[in-house]
Amino acid sequence: MSKLFPKCGKCKTSHFIAFLKHAHYVCSKCGYHLRLDALTRIKMICDKKSFQFFDENMKSRDPLHFPNYEDRIKELMETTKLNEAVVTGTCKIKGLTTTFGVMDPRFMMASMGSVVGEKITRMLEYSADNHLPAILIISSGGARMQEGIFSLMQMAKTSAAVKRLNDKGLPLFTVLTDPTTGGVTASFAMLGDVILAESDALIGFAGPRVIAQTIGQNMPHGFQRSEFLLAHGMLDMLVERRQMRSVLATLLKIHSMRAYTGSAEV
Amino acid sequence: MQDTKQEKATDIVRLARHTKRPTTLDYIKFIINDFLELHGDRRYGDDPAIVGGIGFLKDIPVTIIGHQKGKNVKENVRRNFGMAHPEGYRKALRLMEEAERFGRPVINFIDTPGAYPGIGAEERGQAEAIAYNLYKMSSLAVPIISIITGEGGSGGALALGVADRVYMLSDTIYSVISPEGCASILWRDSAKTDDAAEALKLTAKDLLEFKIIDGIINEPAGGAQKDHENMARRIKTTLLSALSELLSLDCRTLLNRRYDRYRRMGKFTED
Repeated sequence: MSKLFPKCGKCKTSHFIAFLKHAHYVCSKCGYHLRLDALTRIKMICDKKSFQFFDENMKSRDPLHFPNYEDRIKELMETTKLNEAVVTGTCKIKGLTTTFGVMDPRFMMASMGSVVGEKITRMLEYSADNHLPAILIISSGGARMQEGIFSLMQMAKTSAAVKRLNDKGLPLFTVLTDPTTGGVTASFAMLGDVILAESDALIGFAGPRVIAQTIGQNMPHGFQRSEFLLAHGMLDMLVERRQMRSVLATLLKIHSMRAYTGSAEV
Repeated sequence: MQDTKQEKATDIVRLARHTKRPTTLDYIKFIINDFLELHGDRRYGDDPAIVGGIGFLKDIPVTIIGHQKGKNVKENVRRNFGMAHPEGYRKALRLMEEAERFGRPVINFIDTPGAYPGIGAEERGQAEAIAYNLYKMSSLAVPIISIITGEGGSGGALALGVADRVYMLSDTIYSVISPEGCASILWRDSAKTDDAAEALKLTAKDLLEFKIIDGIINEPAGGAQKDHENMARRIKTTLLSALSELLSLDCRTLLNRRYDRYRRMGKFTED
């Protein structure tokens, strides 16, 4: 892929990088929202220089000694300059403080192994302990099979952490982007108090290929795309990428105020 | 069981899927008195792939839930081979919340290839149903015990598997993905299924070593399918001993320990 003229992931049109950047990496021809790395997302949404990183040095330990896994991780650490598939921390959005996590699809399609689960759990616990809301920008192929059962258990761990956050009267906002599937959808992604999504993102539990193999028929048009999930009641709203920062700021602002304080036990 | 050490993962996979293994309803018949099966999720339907109800374990009132595979092709079609739709997980959660309201411990039997991958399942929110079970079960205010009695297939298994104690029968598996799925996705080669079974470390022995489960319930000679009643008795003994501990804990301790049980799972470094 040319760095100066990246291609749209859907219609394959090449765009001059400066125009693409100006368009928030949305294809002007087909409207596809190109996949973004974590730092680009942070730049688009968070107040300038407000992001403070958590757990930057946390790395996978290859608990199963799975074939080729360690080498693959090393390779990705070099190409992405990240140690794992999620970046977490705190930031401000239009002056409002929140914890903020972004998954990076370049890193094994941001699949969830021990590190992703642990970093997200710590971020949610930090929110609970410091009375902050939490935002997760999600893209993921699901649980990371190279970490076997440890990956599966991250689903339980992160979901329990969302529960503890909510029990303190604090919200989680999730933003589902292309693709959000498998064990990540079936844990924290679908547990947002408000769930936003980018247009035309693949969102589901089972992968379309697995479903096609199982049922032996073609998928209905638009199946497992954001618009389809919205129509089936699984999402709150679709948000244009250029509006994301402003919508998140509004969510933070509304949820920071309690007009009725009668329910005193929180 | 004798000599599981010598067995290959792929042999255990085969045993875990043996069609003559006792099912949830078999176990219920042997260990639960006055069982009443309860139906429906009150949202959409009643999923025959998950059964549940109430009854007595010895003299303790319990709610008991489990995946239900069929005994023959016809029943398996009706039960969808134990692969639940969202309404199955939602029924399970409804029964667990009913148990919570009346201070009744929950026993879950897990035996599923996985949550069903189908159009209706996706339309009705398979991912949300599983996620919400994990969320609610993490703080359900009564003891939960889960036992893997056959196949512990990924998220569809975990949706009944957030518990204070998790046990596996000795010839069962619990995994993030099936060996077949792993071989086809990772190596694009279904001939590598045996290698995947080894690599995934999905046997009861592996999971005990990883401290993911709390114990292994040995199967009678030749496997659970050889003697249903004997297997049921062994399970009953384990349940009674676990419950005698769990029922004496105050709720805060119970829930803090449950949280910590999952909190410590994961392997990473931080240098």
